[in-house]
Amino acid sequence: MSKTEFPPSITSRPVYGELEARAGSGHLMIADAEGAEAILDLAKSADKDFWAKAHIIYIPKNTGTKYSSQLEELGAGQYYAGPSYEAAQGRIRRALLDCHMGTQVYLTGTESLMGQAAAEAAAAGIPHTAIQTEHRGSTARRMQCVHCKGITEDVTTDPFECSHCGLSLFVRDHYSRRLAAFQGVRVDAEDPGNIPEKVELFK
Amino acid sequence: MSAGTAKLNVTVAEVKPINDLVTRFKFVRTGGGDLPTFSGGAHTVVEMQDGDITRLNAYSLMSNPADRGAYTISVRRDDQGRGGSKFMHSKVKEGMEMVISNPVNLFSLDLRAGKHLMLAGGIGITPFMAQMHQLTMMGGNFELHYAVRTASLGTYAKELSERYPGKVHVYHDDQKEAIDLKTLLANQPLGTHVYVCGPKGMIEWVHGTAEEMGWPREAVHSEEFLAPASGKPFEVKCAVSNKVVQVGEHQSLLEALEAAGIDAPYLCRGGACGQCETSVIGYDGKFLHYDHWLTDEQKAGGKHIMPCVSRFEGKTLVLDR
Repeated sequence: MSKTEFPPSITSRPVYGELEARAGSGHLMIADAEGAEAILDLAKSADKDFWAKAHIIYIPKNTGTKYSSQLEELGAGQYYAGPSYEAAQGRIRRALLDCHMGTQVYLTGTESLMGQAAAEAAAAGIPHTAIQTEHRGSTARRMQCVHCKGITEDVTTDPFECSHCGLSLFVRDHYSRRLAAFQGVRVDAEDPGNIPEKVELFK
Repeated sequence: MSAGTAKLNVTVAEVKPINDLVTRFKFVRTGGGDLPTFSGGAHTVVEMQDGDITRLNAYSLMSNPADRGAYTISVRRDDQGRGGSKFMHSKVKEGMEMVISNPVNLFSLDLRAGKHLMLAGGIGITPFMAQMHQLTMMGGNFELHYAVRTASLGTYAKELSERYPGKVHVYHDDQKEAIDLKTLLANQPLGTHVYVCGPKGMIEWVHGTAEEMGWPREAVHSEEFLAPASGKPFEVKCAVSNKVVQVGEHQSLLEALEAAGIDAPYLCRGGACGQCETSVIGYDGKFLHYDHWLTDEQKAGGKHIMPCVSRFEGKTLVLDR
């Protein structure tokens, strides 16, 4: 899939770049689904000795085994594939605990994965501006309901129903780096029951 | 004068030679009372009335930021310099009244850091002394690596080693000791910030090595005050005040503007803070940019100059002052 172009938005909305191999004492690469393609693209320009210091944490999501063997063949010092971000979280935290200043962090795939992993890396002490990101694949959003605070993953329509409290929520571009989520606000707050038709905005 | 920050009237409470080159000065508020609080890394600009010349030099505050009773600075005598440090060493006596600026911090700790790694060279130790007081009060994690020429010129090295056992590492040039920067930077836990204050070469070495080793730019902090360079005299036209000002060989452009009664803004007077940035209306000649503030692009563009350290050679220079 080609690199994603997002429409211009408010300043709180994250922007993503393109991954590049940078000098570093280690390379922590966290990807989901089509994010694998960004790592494979980076591999075209990375030196041979890059991979010995690399640790790839990959969550294939609905891509199944499409990219697994190609990623494994890169020869990363450590390679892990797991079923979900939640399942990989312990490993991500441990990896951040073990590495030193000079380690580069590369995040690629969905906004949900990049946002959550960036929050972990920033909490571990890496300035968020030093974390590389590249969006690939689905533009579905991770949303927080401002009313019940519940998180709904993979939101593709506006409005959508909060998976926790069931309210119909308007999808905003207002983003929280701490929560790694966009803000969802009750769409019929002023006029209860007047819920506009769902539009598929994200794929 | 409104330029710079608010001024403080102080009295010199103590003048104490520390070694062959360095003397420490203690200031208390004239007439008594507390001084403003500051944070570790802050400096003050000391006004020196040296005959008919007013010298303004920035010095880092080295005392405990929690101590509002007095500020202390340490001044290294520079015999090759323009005279500020010599004035401090030879003319300033206990009991003398002086004017200093409110503290300004351009080298503050990033308090999000899990660990503060401090690298000092020579008199560059002073801002770290205030920062170590501050971190000790806050229970912060720090480590100091301090390069000195010789043990006798190792200003405060002994006292710091005693005050912070296990946290202070001193390296003596004359004994061929040197900071093993690569090993040091390779073994820092995530969340460490590195701070360097010392000679230009040391600052460049730390920035360069950290970058090569993949350290984020935001985690590397430095402070270097430049003394204004001497150079050929030149003339500057000031469009706003409608004055023509002559800049002398050993005078900075900023000092010349001030001597002509132009209220030009400034803070650090050392090319670091950006406060004195001045727009160029027109010029015919070349700029000698010495500051750390303007980008290379801006320096090449000919639209801006930092009058505190930079100079000009050529026919005409017209400034928006």
